[in-house]
Parts: sequence; C-alpha cells; structure tokens
Amino acid sequence: MAIERSKKKTAGRAKIGKSIAGGHGTAKKEASRDFWELRLYVAGQTPKSLAAFANLKKICEEHLEGKYRIEVIDLLKNPQLARGDQILAIPTLVRKLPEPIKKIIGDLSNTVRVLVGLDLCPPD
Amino acid sequence: MAKTKGKTVLSSAALVKAATGIQGLDEITGGGLPKGRPTLLAGAAGCGKTVFAMEFLVNGATQFNEPGVFVSFEEPVEDLIKNFASLGYDLNKLTNSKKMIVDYIHIERSEIEVTGEYDLEGLFVRLEHMVNSIGAKRIALDTIESLFGALPNEGILRAELRRLFRWLKSKGLTAIITGEKGAGLMTRHGLEEYVSDCVIFLDHHLTEQVATRRMRIVKYRGSVHGTNEYPFLIDNMGFSVLPVTSLELTHKASSERISTGIPRLDTMLEGKGYYRGSSILVSGTAGTGKSSIAATFADSVCRRGERCLYLAFEESESQIIRNMRSIGINLEPWVKKGLLKIQASRPTFSGLEMHLVQIHNLVGSFNPGVVIFDPITNMISVGSEKEVKSMLIRLIDYLKMKLVTTLFTNLSHQENIEQTTVAISSLMDTLILLRDIEIGGERNRGLYILKARGIGHSNQIREFMITKAGIDVCDVYLGRGKVLTGSARLAQEAAEKAEALIRRQETEQKQRELERKREAMESQIKRLRSQYESEEEVLRTSIQQAKLKEDAISGAATEMAKARKADVIKPAAGRK
Repeated sequence: MAIERSKKKTAGRAKIGKSIAGGHGTAKKEASRDFWELRLYVAGQTPKSLAAFANLKKICEEHLEGKYRIEVIDLLKNPQLARGDQILAIPTLVRKLPEPIKKIIGDLSNTVRVLVGLDLCPPD
Repeated sequence: MAKTKGKTVLSSAALVKAATGIQGLDEITGGGLPKGRPTLLAGAAGCGKTVFAMEFLVNGATQFNEPGVFVSFEEPVEDLIKNFASLGYDLNKLTNSKKMIVDYIHIERSEIEVTGEYDLEGLFVRLEHMVNSIGAKRIALDTIESLFGALPNEGILRAELRRLFRWLKSKGLTAIITGEKGAGLMTRHGLEEYVSDCVIFLDHHLTEQVATRRMRIVKYRGSVHGTNEYPFLIDNMGFSVLPVTSLELTHKASSERISTGIPRLDTMLEGKGYYRGSSILVSGTAGTGKSSIAATFADSVCRRGERCLYLAFEESESQIIRNMRSIGINLEPWVKKGLLKIQASRPTFSGLEMHLVQIHNLVGSFNPGVVIFDPITNMISVGSEKEVKSMLIRLIDYLKMKLVTTLFTNLSHQENIEQTTVAISSLMDTLILLRDIEIGGERNRGLYILKARGIGHSNQIREFMITKAGIDVCDVYLGRGKVLTGSARLAQEAAEKAEALIRRQETEQKQRELERKREAMESQIKRLRSQYESEEEVLRTSIQQAKLKEDAISGAATEMAKARKADVIKPAAGRK
C-alpha cells in the first residue's frame, strides 16, 4: 500500500528533510509561489492519520502534480518536533510554502476545505 | 480553628498532598494541593492565576524536588521569563538545570482550517515528551481554555479535554489548570465539569477604589479545608495567602517586661512597664500626645539596643524626626545606626492585605523587637471596620507569635473616648487612654490606664506634660474627690497651703489659751488656799483663846474651892 510504504519510509529515517515528492521532486529551490511544501503531522498509524495521508496524496496528485513535497512526521517517534509548528491536533497538515503558513487539521476528508486551506481553490 | 493537627493526621492516611510552598495556602489546605490530581484554579482576568501556578511549580522545583512543566497558552515563554524575573524567579536557571520546562502552546485561529475529524494527540505527545524529559511531577496548564477559541468543533475538544485530565491523573501529575471566570460558571467553558478534585477560586474585589484579592477553596475532595475567603496578595515576594485568623491561639506569653520609656508611666505599671510581646493601644483625642508617647517608647527601645519598626501613616520620616526633636527626642541617630526603621506610607496607597503583607515582610526582614503603628485609625480609610479588625487580628497574632511588642495609637472621639474606632480594644493587652481635661480655661493632658492584662496597674488619672525634655507624668492632685490639672492644680495647691497655715495658727492659739486658763486656775487655787490659811489661823487663835479662858475659869474655880476648902469639882463634866 502506497501510503503505508511512504509513511514507513519517512518515519524510519525520522528526518525532516526526507520527503515524498511528487513528480519532479528533484527541482530544488523552486519559486515559492509555485511550490507547495507540506508537512503532515501524525501520531502513530491511526485510522485518522492513514485517511489524512490518503486524502492528501489524492488532492496533491490532482491539483499540484509535480509542484509539491509531503513530509510526514510521526510525533510518537519524534515528539520534540511538535513544538516547532505548534502542533496540538492530530492530524495536522502544515503548509510551509507558499507562505503564509497554513494549518489544516483533521483527516482532510473535506476536499473543498483542504483546497481552500492550501489556497488552491479560487474563492468563488 | 484548631483543626490543622487532626487534619494532617487524617490526610496522611487518606490523601497525599503536594505542598505549594505558598505562604498561608498550605495552612488553609492542610498541606497543599491533592497530589497526583488536577486542581482547577478559576478567576477573573488579572487575579493572579498565572502567578499562583508558576509559584506552585517553582516552589516544587526548588523546595520539594518536584520538577514541573509550565504550559502557557497565553504568553510566550520570553514574556513569562521576563515577568517572573520581576518576582525574583530565574526561570532560565531552572530550565537550564532541567528542573522546569516552560512552554508556549499557541494556535492562531486564522491559520487553521478544519477538514474533518481530529484529536489532540499532538498536545498529549508534547506534554508527555516534556514530562518525561525532566521527570516532572507537577504541571500547570495556563489557560487551556484558550483552545476553545483556537479550535473549532467543541464536541471533539471537550472529549479530548476529558481524556487529557484522565491522562494527567494516570501519569500521577499534580496539575493546576487555570480557567477564566465565566458568566454564571466558574470558568468560561465549564472546566469544573472535568476537574473535580480541587477547585480554588480567585477573586479581585474593589471596595472604595481599593482592590483586594481574595481566594476561596470551593471544593477539595477528601480533605478538610478552610472555607473562608482569604485575602491574598502578589508582591515582589510572590504569592501569599493570609489566613483570616490564625488557626490557633497558642502563642507563648513572655513574662519579661520592657520599659515604656517614661519612668513614671512604668511606675503606674507595677514599676516595670509593658510585657514583652504584648499589644498596647494608646488611644486619645487629637493632640493628646499619642505620637509623643510612641516616639518616647521607640527611643527607649533603641537606647537598649533593640530594633524598632515605626510604621507611620500620617507623617513622613523627616517630619517625625523633626517634630520629636522639639520635645527632646532625637530619633535620627537610631535611624542612622539601623536600629530604627521608619516606614511612612499613606494607608490608601494600597489595600489592607498589601499593607499586612508589607508589614509581614518588613517584620520578617528587619526583625524588630517593637513595632509601632501610628495611627491605626487611618487604616479605616482603606477598608471597612470589619476588614480592618480582621486584619489587625491577623497582624497581632503574627506579631505575638514572634514575641514582638506592638504599640498602636488610636485617634478617638471626645464623646466616647473609651471606645476605639476600630473596636480593637478587646485585642489589646494594655490600653492607655489620653484625654484632654478642660478646667479653668485650659486644656491639660490626662493619662490613665484603662486596662493592663496581667499587670497590677495604677487606677489614677495622671496629668502628663510634654516638655522640651520629653514626656513627664506629673504628681497628681488628689483632694476633695477630684483631679485638678494645670494651673488649677497649682492654684488649688496654693489654697491648700494657705488653709493649712491658718489651721496651724488656730491650733497654736488654742494651745496658748489653754495654757492661760490653767495658769488662771492655778492662781485661783493659790488665792483660795491663802484665804483658807488665813481663816484657819483666825479660827485656831480663837479656839486657843477659848481654851485658855476655860482653863482660867476652871483654875479660878479650883483656887476658889481650895480657898473655901470646898469639894473638888471634876472638870471632866465640861459643864459650866
């Protein structure tokens, strides 16, 4: 299962820099306007976390192909990382780039709201 | 309220408590907050919740070897560190030595989009991480309620909070959860629903523009606790709670005596003065010399090398020194030597509790043998009579416990001089009344001792004078059942003297008369005697003559008979 694998990979290395990049992940310092750096904070593999990851992956593939990077952080393994992004709720998706920072909490099942949160949906 | 003893015995078996180290609070709660359980600290904004929580943690870390985690949801760590530095807490040092962790958990509502189900596992993870990293035994969450503003979906939040409090308990953390006071509820979001072991309510009263902080223990499961509203305050020494009355009346009484500074007033008190550690009230109308008596006492205390704390509520330090110099009391050297500390402040400067704690702190740091309050009546302007009285009770208890002799002055009204304004006479051991006595167009000062517990005191009303050489208690004029003072006394004394002279002269005159009478009598006796003697002589002569005559007659008869040779006639018949 794609989610499991990628999660495992990230968690196993336990490093922030490690990420799952979609498509042209090699592009290094893309213009921030055009690149979405995302962090998903989870705490263990709970159904909510798994759902969040699946939902995120799907949305990114649909709307941001080649322009995003997802970093999954498991707080059970790296609790000290919760402080930096002020994480309380799990799961939380943090949009590091483009600025400003946005936090999207919940299992990301409400696609419209995720798109609003990521500034991917033109307000109409 | 002698329950502390029984309580500690009880609680050792029933409920373990975590000492707060906050002055007074451990007394009220019988040992502190429930150990391993959450305590809710509710109150309005600015009433000291954060200080309370922080002090609990800092004391835990420094005094009881219980590391603590402070989680702020309101203030950034840097602000907290700065704020508490002004209370004398070095949070940096504590965090560096791993005795404390201060963390700021913050969520910006505008940054957040909710897209479905979530939980607060992130918070749990963070808390657990902090707790584990220093082995924390205490934790404070200040104010977790701000999550309600930051996170939507109250249903989830409530469920998570319930879980959080369960979690805190399961980790055995002694927790303080603060909550802002809400309308009709203890806290805005009803946190009391979750925290049921101990609830403490802080309040901030405003009476006559003076603020007083108060604390009440609303509930404390499994423990007896003081139920009153206790005043507390926050000053540069931190948080302190003042039990309204001390729990026990067990202070030891000293039998040592100390001089009043006025020799003849000492005489009125068995010649020895006040008891050490007693409370003395000098009450009188305006201008009767209360402050002078107080200053004389202070002077004598310093002269003995003891420390004296002079709390002035009317005059500044230099004014007191100047004024007392005019009656021959020089306080300045004592101030310079550090034996006398004059603390002048307006009573309205702060609330009663603030005063009380300031006094506590001063007494604690200066360690005086004598404390003088001049005048205590001015405190009325700060609180109601009842409050002032309760403050004084606490103060007197505290000072008595420390064996500090306390002299209060009290401004009373002419009509009911024996009634002190604050009705504190029952708290006083010695009560000296000063009054104006108006006689003959003069006002003079009179002094008497209304009561002196344990001292056989004089019941006289004495006149006293304030001269350039200090206070002098004068001889008392006692005559015709009244006391005279001033020039009336002098006049009366002169009149008495004159009267006595006249009386003496009269006596002498009478004695002389008696003498004369005796002389007269004696001369009369002499005359009578001489008269008698002369009469006696005459009579004797005539008797002699008569005898001679008779002899002659009888001799003649015998001669005749002889001549006639007649019978012998016996002369014994005596008949002619």
